Parts: sequence; C-alpha cells; structure tokens
Amino acid sequence: MLLEIKNISKSFGSLGVLKDISVSVEKGEILSVIGPSGSGKSTLLRCATMLETMDSGEIIYDGMKAAWTEKGRAVYAPQETLKKIAAYYGLVFQNFNLFPHMTVLQNVFDAPVRVQKKEKETAKKEAMEWLDKMGLSDKAGAYPYQLSGGQCQRVAIARALALNPKILFFDEPTSALDPELTGEVLKVIKSLADLHIAMVIVTHEMAFAKDISDRVIFMADGLIVEEGTPKQIFESGNERTKAFLGRYGNIL
Amino acid sequence: MSFGRILLQLAGGMGVSIEIFLVTLIFSLPLGLLVALGRMSRNPVLSGIIKVYISIMRGTPLMLQLMVVYFGPYYLFGMRVSNSYRLYAALIGFVINYAAYFAEIYRGGIQSMPAGQYEAAKLLGYSKRQTFVVIILPQVVKRILPAVTNEVITLVKDTSLAFTISVVEMFSTAKAMASAQTSMMPFVAAALFYYIFNFVVAWGMEFAEKKMSYYRS
Repeated sequence: MLLEIKNISKSFGSLGVLKDISVSVEKGEILSVIGPSGSGKSTLLRCATMLETMDSGEIIYDGMKAAWTEKGRAVYAPQETLKKIAAYYGLVFQNFNLFPHMTVLQNVFDAPVRVQKKEKETAKKEAMEWLDKMGLSDKAGAYPYQLSGGQCQRVAIARALALNPKILFFDEPTSALDPELTGEVLKVIKSLADLHIAMVIVTHEMAFAKDISDRVIFMADGLIVEEGTPKQIFESGNERTKAFLGRYGNIL
Repeated sequence: MSFGRILLQLAGGMGVSIEIFLVTLIFSLPLGLLVALGRMSRNPVLSGIIKVYISIMRGTPLMLQLMVVYFGPYYLFGMRVSNSYRLYAALIGFVINYAAYFAEIYRGGIQSMPAGQYEAAKLLGYSKRQTFVVIILPQVVKRILPAVTNEVITLVKDTSLAFTISVVEMFSTAKAMASAQTSMMPFVAAALFYYIFNFVVAWGMEFAEKKMSYYRS
C-alpha cells in the first residue's frame, strides 16, 4: 500500500472540516476525489502532504508512519523521517504557485539540483524532457508571467514530476482555468497515466474523473459518502451522491 | 571667490558626505534585514525589544540620536573620546537609525509574499533557509525597491545632519565658507552638489528597478 490514511480528523477552530476519513492508494492507482465545496477535499490533500497538521488519525507512506495518534492527539514523525517520506509525494496547486522570478526551465530543475543534489546539467536535461512531454519546450526560457494559465499549470506539473514522486496530488488543477485551457491540462494529466505514478485528483471535472480514474471517492461534509469505480459512483443509487452529481449522473 | 573655486572647496566636504552615504547603506541594509527577522520572530521577548528599538529610532529626530551617540560616552559613562570619534559616531547613529526604517520596509515586503510560495517551496523539499534565500528574498527585493529608493534619497540629504556633531561634511563646509565670505554663493553651490548627488542616486535606483523588471509577479 503506497499511502494509507486512517481515521483522519481535522478542525479549524470550531469548524470540523475532516470528520473521519480513511483512504488508501495503491502504487500506480488513479483516484479522483469529488464533492461539494467545503467538503474537506483540499484539506485532505493538504493533510496528506503535510501542509496542514491533522488533529488525529494516521498517515502511512509505504509502510513508514508519517503521523499517528497518541492519547487522542496527532503525533508526527521526526524531521529525518518526514524528509524521507516527502520524497514520495508531490502536489499541484490550483493556482500553480510557480516561482515568478525564475524561468520556466529553472522552475523545473531548481529543486532537483538544490534539494535532491542532482548534477545541474543532468537536471537541466531532464527538465527539458519533462517540458517536452508537456508540449512546452519552446517556453523553457520564458518567465511564468508570459504564459497562459494552462501553460503555467503544465509547468507546475513538470516541476512536481521532476522530483520523481511516487504519488502526485492535484488540488483542483483546472478550477482556475477557462474551458479551453482546462482541456489542455486534462490531456496532459491523462498522458501521465502511462508513467504509473499514483495520482489523487481533486476535481470538479466529472467527465474527466470518470474517464481517467481507477476509483472515485465522493466526499461531503467531511466524510466519505461513497467510493467505488467510476461506473459505480456515477450510476449510484445513493441519494446524496445523486443530488451532487445532478445531471452529470444522467449524461455520463 | 569664483564659483569654480567654491565648488573645489566644497568637493572635500562632498567626499565626507558620500562616505557617510555609502557606509550607512552598506551596513544598515543587511542590519535592517536582521532587525526585520527579529521583529517577526515568534519569541515575544525578542520581537518586543525590537519593536521598542524601531519605535524609538523612528519616533525621535536623527539629529538628537546623533547627539546621543556622540555625547553619550562622556555624559553617561565618563569616557573621553577622540576627535576622530565624531565621524564614527555619525556613522553609528546613521546606521542604527536607517536599519530601523529598512527593517519595516523588509517586513512589509516579506509579509506581502503569498503563502502559496512558501507552500510550493515546502512541497518541493526546500529547507526553511533555502526557501527564504532562493524563493522569498529575491522577490522581496523587487517588491521593496521603490520604498528603499525613497529612503536612499532621504539619506542623501540626511547626511547634512552630521554637521550637528561637528563632522566636516559638505553642509558644514558651505556654512563656514558662507560666514567667511558673507555670501550665499556657497549654499547655492552646496545645493547644486546635493542635486547632482541625488540625480546620480536616482539614476542608480532606476537602473536597479529596470534590472529587476525581467519578470512580473
């Protein structure tokens, strides 16, 4: 099991955002997380990638415990362990978060050089290969402000992939993009399926979720309402699921 | 005395003014960053002390601060100081005063950085130090350049305050000459010098801003 999340709960003040979530992801599996805004999808991803600290639960990457619960409160592993575990995952943000003062190429090869201590020329070459896969090799010397939203997101994906994570999280990768740009990013994400890295994608793009996923999880109000194959979820008889999917359920 | 000779005589004082300007910048810019980091520290004792320091520096006239630094050793500790201490006192006073102003400018720049930059850096595995030096600081420098330009231009003119503790910079030279010749010409010449000095500085800052415009946020 590449990632196991058990009984995670997280509140912000009095607002309980994650109530009792358990998810597991296998190597190479593609998992979509859908649900209404405020259901805790982003928080789940942020807890899984250590951007937020959970209140209680367990997070285990490849058998290594990143966090667990002792006496009702969450306890996190020491820094060296967390550093080792961090190499397993990457995250693509809704608003890209590219480094504006670096060229597209630098954005992609800087972390491999500085963090993974890769040799600069090697990292540059690999970065160019990733940009090539994203269809952006001609933008290598450009700065993020010169790119469209869809291009920025593709750079962000290349930047995350350059570190060779085993599991890549996507937090609503196309929500900030218009339909045209959305299409090009979804195409790219779909092409990543052949890389056999696990992917957990929080998205509102239902057709995409149905098309690309091995499994779909439907979350609402901080709990998992249903999970199953795309077919199971989109043809579900569950009232809550049906209400959320609305017309999507019928069309898809 | 011809205008040309007046200018020549003032040139020596100009050298001291420029020295005060450069030394102040060289020391107060890095010091200001440290002060800013202290101000933003989670340690309440440290941030409290720094807040008081900044408040005093910005809340009292630089002229008075120079006097405190110059006369303090004798009146507070009974130490006798040499003549050359005058310049050092001026430099010390200028540096700790301007560091406070720069600290607030740095703090504004750093706190205006979007959280997303920190989060992306964290996800990519950058250490806290790497995040600050490689990701945050370069962007902060670009953001604060206009405010820093303001302070630098103010500094050009503030150098004349060293006159109050008898440092022979350009303004005091001009004043002495004006008294000796009962003429206003030395002051006109001094104004010309300051204007040209400022012009060069403003040109320099604009050059810096142009260099930083290779990207937009």
